[in-house]
Amino acid sequence: MTSRVRRLFGRHEMVLLGVTVLLSIVIGALNPAFYSLQNAFDLLKTSVPLGILTIGLLVVLISGGIDISFPAIAVAGMYITCTLAIDVRSLDHLPALLAISTAIGLALGLFNAVLIHFFRLPALIVTLGTASVIRGALLEFVGTRTITNLPPSIIAFSRTNLFEATLANGASAALTVSILFFAGVAIAVALALRYTVIGRGAYAVGADLAAAERVGFNVRRIHLFVYGLMGALAGLVGIIHASIIRNANPLDLDGLELTVIAAAVIGGASITGGRGTVTGALLGVALMVIMDGSLVLVGLPSQWHQVFIGLVVLVSTSITALRTRSARAGEIAR
Amino acid sequence: MTGSRLPVGAALVNRVLGGGILGRTPFARLVVFTVAVFVSMTLLVGSDRFLTTANFQSIAFQLPELALLSFAMMLSMLTGGIDLSVVSVANLSSIVAAMTMVHVLRGPAGAGGDAIAIAAGVGAGVCTGLACGLVNGCAVAFVRVPSILVTLGTLQLFTGLALVLTGGQAIIGLPDSFQWLGNGTLLAVPVPLWLCAAGAAVMAVVINRTAFGVEARLVGTNPIAAWFAALPVRSVLVRTYVTTALVSSVTGLLMVSRANSAKADYGSSYLLQSILVVVLAGVDPAGGSARVAGVGLAVFALELLSSGFGMMRLTSFATELAWGAFLLLVMVINSVLERRGK
Repeated sequence: MTSRVRRLFGRHEMVLLGVTVLLSIVIGALNPAFYSLQNAFDLLKTSVPLGILTIGLLVVLISGGIDISFPAIAVAGMYITCTLAIDVRSLDHLPALLAISTAIGLALGLFNAVLIHFFRLPALIVTLGTASVIRGALLEFVGTRTITNLPPSIIAFSRTNLFEATLANGASAALTVSILFFAGVAIAVALALRYTVIGRGAYAVGADLAAAERVGFNVRRIHLFVYGLMGALAGLVGIIHASIIRNANPLDLDGLELTVIAAAVIGGASITGGRGTVTGALLGVALMVIMDGSLVLVGLPSQWHQVFIGLVVLVSTSITALRTRSARAGEIAR
Repeated sequence: MTGSRLPVGAALVNRVLGGGILGRTPFARLVVFTVAVFVSMTLLVGSDRFLTTANFQSIAFQLPELALLSFAMMLSMLTGGIDLSVVSVANLSSIVAAMTMVHVLRGPAGAGGDAIAIAAGVGAGVCTGLACGLVNGCAVAFVRVPSILVTLGTLQLFTGLALVLTGGQAIIGLPDSFQWLGNGTLLAVPVPLWLCAAGAAVMAVVINRTAFGVEARLVGTNPIAAWFAALPVRSVLVRTYVTTALVSSVTGLLMVSRANSAKADYGSSYLLQSILVVVLAGVDPAGGSARVAGVGLAVFALELLSSGFGMMRLTSFATELAWGAFLLLVMVINSVLERRGK
């Protein structure tokens, strides 16, 4: 019994949950506005693009890979789709636009997978290369101007709320409908990782590629799946991002890969593969979003934001490294 | 057998390129690549505009920053790691150096003139680099966090500190004579190029002729074997990241001097470019290899490419596209040829 309790509280997710709750209490004590419904909805809205991308990257990390091209893919999906929808008015339906952007993302993700799998190239360098090719091609051949007059269906999407409330003080709080995409992706990926052959295969390939190959996992299919999924989710995020900020800027999202990697790693995903959970990733996203949105609330200038993110990444990765080592020492001692 | 019947010239070419049109070694392929870039840029731009002293002078001023950062990146990859914090270390060092210089100039010691201010600034900048390197090195060596994560964290941390120190503003009002480092010439050769050549020479000696270099290579080839062979793995890692950061901070000083100001977000595109250069140079990101000459050549090829593109009035986006495409192409070719070789 005690050992079970200890195991429950010793889990990375529990530690993370504790830190997140503690942080929320401290921020709430410093500024009660943190607890308002409006702030909660705003934080949820910010977490949608970051969250979907983190879940996509989680699967890539579990399989032992990495992807830093997804911000470029998201921007490509977003900008090409919006340009297309403005030229061809008949395409202007939300499902069609989401499908186009997701398909663009899927194609680019599969391109990564082909280079990584068939030429056995390191994923970091491949996606570094594809990221500059995608960004360069987008800006050179498609356009550089920010689209401010978005297709009407995207604007309608950005105004659709799941839940609206008028607060006592007259202000209104609204929960964006795009949160459903986030929830759907999280549940689907969590189930896939736990119950499907391809999901179990991602863990197996990440833990030991040669062993996974020998027991009969189809490594090619797993590679195509993880990078394809990452690309497709990035394409989806492109449209959601455009709807949130109400424009489509082809220079946008630069550097987002670092925030997403940080969220996934804080959530306990191992950069060397084989370990990571959707729950952990969600908590990592929550911690990042709360920190990001609340430094201003507690009166710290925004310049401190990066310092804190850096410290959190360092501390959380150090804790993970130390815990893995003591866990291994414990196994050997037994 | 057939080799003996070849004419001398062809045999020599064959020897250099190691057989096959693309060569058998990454370095030979890089030579072919550089020559191809040079010839095509000369033809496309026109030799009267491309082959000018002014053009090569400007390349000579631009190249050293990227070359030095690439050497730093190469050293971290030699031990099988990666240092994503190179540019942020350069910027943080340059900001500390610039603030020190401005402070000394304005303070009571300002009477001492530029020399004291520059000495204090350079000292402060290099010490900052040393401290940054120690943070990276200790986290990698003692806490054993993967280097990509450590430096991802310190990238944010150092950039954040630079932002906090400056409030996002550029620091100006540096001593005039400090500009010599980035913009002056010595014996008709730009000072940054001298600095870069010195950096390359030191790197080559350290990697190929010192015990540290050999140990770093062995750690990169197989860290577990190195550990069992009783190599001082931890100390090698700490020294690697300290050296990497020191080279970055010197680059930072060069950047301040060339721009005559310091800012938290200078040169952020150098991070990806330096990884690209190192991989183009044929360095294996998995560790155990380093090629100083290759890095020099790769930087030169890429600077030729971007200056040519600039003259053809192509945008910086086209350059980015070309760089990425070259990276992928070179890796695919290397991979195909290696597998055929086996």
